[in-house]
Amino acid sequence: MNKLLKLGRGLLIAIGLIAGLALWAMAPWPVLLALAAAMALWMALTRSGQQAASVAGVGISTLRQRLGSSSVVVIGIAGVVAVLVAMLSMAEGYRQTLARTGSDDSVIVLRGASAAEVMSTLDLASINVIEQAPGIARAPDGRPLASPETVVAANLPIKGGAPDQDGSVQLRGVGDRAWLVRPQVKIVQGRKFETGKREVVVGSGAQRQFAGLDVGKQIRLGSEQWTVVGVFKSGDAMDSEVWSDAEMVAATYRRGASRNAVVAKLTSAKQFKPFKAALAGDPRLQVDATTTADYFAKQSETMTTVIRVIGIVVGSIMAIGAVFGALNTMFATVATRAREIATLRAIGFRGLPVVVAVMLETMLLALVGGLIGGLLAWVIFNGYTASTIAGGVGQLTFDFRVTGALLWSGLKWALAIGFVGGLFPALRAATLPVTAALRAL
Amino acid sequence: MKYFHLIWAELMRRKTRTTLTLLSIVAAFLLFGLLDGVRESFDQAGNSANGVKRLQTGSRLSFIQPLPMSLNDRIGQVPGVKQVSYANWFGGAYQDPHNQIFSFAVAPNYLDLYPEISVDPAQRKAFAATRTGVLVGAQLMQRFGWKVGQKLPLQSTIFPNSDGTKNWSFDIVGVLSAADKKTGGWYDQMILMHWKYFDDSNPYNRGQVGWYVTEVSDVNQADRVAKAIDAISANSDHESKTQTEAASAANWMKQMADIGLIVGSIMGAVFFTLVLLTGNTMAQAVRERTSELAVLKTIGFPDRSVLMLVLAESVLLLLIGGVVGVALAGVLGPIVSAGSRGAINVPPIGASSWLLALGLMVAIGLVVGALPAIRAMRLNIVDALSGR
Repeated sequence: MNKLLKLGRGLLIAIGLIAGLALWAMAPWPVLLALAAAMALWMALTRSGQQAASVAGVGISTLRQRLGSSSVVVIGIAGVVAVLVAMLSMAEGYRQTLARTGSDDSVIVLRGASAAEVMSTLDLASINVIEQAPGIARAPDGRPLASPETVVAANLPIKGGAPDQDGSVQLRGVGDRAWLVRPQVKIVQGRKFETGKREVVVGSGAQRQFAGLDVGKQIRLGSEQWTVVGVFKSGDAMDSEVWSDAEMVAATYRRGASRNAVVAKLTSAKQFKPFKAALAGDPRLQVDATTTADYFAKQSETMTTVIRVIGIVVGSIMAIGAVFGALNTMFATVATRAREIATLRAIGFRGLPVVVAVMLETMLLALVGGLIGGLLAWVIFNGYTASTIAGGVGQLTFDFRVTGALLWSGLKWALAIGFVGGLFPALRAATLPVTAALRAL
Repeated sequence: MKYFHLIWAELMRRKTRTTLTLLSIVAAFLLFGLLDGVRESFDQAGNSANGVKRLQTGSRLSFIQPLPMSLNDRIGQVPGVKQVSYANWFGGAYQDPHNQIFSFAVAPNYLDLYPEISVDPAQRKAFAATRTGVLVGAQLMQRFGWKVGQKLPLQSTIFPNSDGTKNWSFDIVGVLSAADKKTGGWYDQMILMHWKYFDDSNPYNRGQVGWYVTEVSDVNQADRVAKAIDAISANSDHESKTQTEAASAANWMKQMADIGLIVGSIMGAVFFTLVLLTGNTMAQAVRERTSELAVLKTIGFPDRSVLMLVLAESVLLLLIGGVVGVALAGVLGPIVSAGSRGAINVPPIGASSWLLALGLMVAIGLVVGALPAIRAMRLNIVDALSGR
């Protein structure tokens, strides 16, 4: 009977714990702040709260004597948080780079059912029709702000790779209006390419990824030699590209007058629906229009999910490992302090203050661990540059982003681990019969 | 081995602690099992014996640029070439253009070059006889619940059909599966169709192929053959680039991201944490047993035996936890793969992963056991017994 009771209680605690953790994971920061405030008030104002505070004070002041075993909790949790934050910051950086690339008031028009720019082709007649569609903003000279562009996956030698090792870069052939459609693209070194010459400007990300992309150098694209005349920066996915004159790219890659896509600026985001409807209703066209924001969000969707899922699976398994480590350490702590705790209870301290005190101690260790882990991830990974194949064709360079939100969720994980790791030892400390504990070694 | 019961008794001295330590070791090796499979599948990409024998010839301009069909016969005549085949991207997608599926249009002899893809002989015959037939990877069949014999509507994100739309219809005639599950996860995810049907039905392709696959009769001649193939189209408007399949796969993987580095650093963090946790537990366990160890020494156990006892205990602890963890990874891997509906593919754990894992268990066991064991060995009996 006794055993059954014990089992029931354990089960109840476990269920409560899982529910609590789920709520914890979802709670926004004001809720947590309120929780902390309520805790502080309780400790300051009620009798058992004051007791808890003093017991916790003793525990924390003697932490230094248990430095070795306490640091296990701290380092274990720091490891979990560092790995988790690093993985999530990779997904976040990737997503942000692509999200920044698009906007709601610019559109990309592709041939129907094409998943990416390289897979699409638009002939000259279609391009002319698209450019005249309603809703497109006009340049000061009265021409529509629409840029027909050729996109090819070109091979270039990778920096630091074997002599014959090529990577794939997105080469974009553009006209003069491309610069107006994408005002964020700025030349930071050298100059723009001249029309009708085999000259390229390279994105700063592409420059970092591929060999020989320095101003004044010659590179081989297609079967021709090209001169690098400038470097541009845009702070988004364009940074991974190489730009050149559309006519020259089309000639080299034998595209004739066709282009891959038309990118256009609308007068406002509201114009998108009529613009799309006008293109869909035109019998001469078979195209899909998407806002660039949607287009790039779709491009990044799968990859971001995959990285995030991996991050959370890895983080969870590590967190479970760390919970056991914390449990172990705290059980040992409670065991070594069994006499002390029993004495406290013998002179009239109730169970609750003891539980709270042990919990506070663990949570404090967890907090320190979480902070160290977050700091580590931030120092090592914030701004760390990685690259991957994106959109099926070219290298996309992106930076890891350790954002405040990620650090905050890392801290939440740390506290949750600390909570679970401290709860059971605390309960044990509070429920062990006083006489048995006093006799303990 | 005759002291096994002693070691066991030591482990069972504090069941809670041993269990908790075991569980954190299990968690660490579970992670190891899952990640090492991924790392290895990246390392092993195209690295099979067959992958070395195969050359891939693509356009030097860009991997999406096609090559003329006329190269087929000329490559076939290069000395040292056993057989040559070709394929095209199809750019297939199911239901939504973003739901992309690896799909290629291939020459009739394509499967001859890939003995690691297994297809039921009857189904292969059916494929050869059906113009609109496709062979579908086993995992894809499962993921979308397709059956052999049904019609398969696919969109192409690149090529229009003869009627101008991008909707294609195929007949599923058979299932592809990888003969070797370890390196072949890729084959279970793809669709093969007839190049002839593809070429006839789409007005854009006009007899061009995406890339050639060549099998060389002698691996040592692969470099020479590759150069000879590229020489055919040197200085033409369709220059080609030929490399072994292994090299091109490795090249491709390198571009995906520095997966190896990321996986490696995760494992590093995990093991650092693990070593610390276990080391701490071992130290605690030995400290607690000081007087017992002293008794052992008093009744005549030599110092070396005491050292070995403590070391054996920690190695045993890691072995138990580690084996359970890696085995668990073997069970959980397929569940993760299935749960992500093919988005993440966790390969099964091979012999080399197991060996590496076992090596790590023993090594970590020795490292974390070393300090407590030396401490136990140096124990002064008189001091220990008097509790000093």
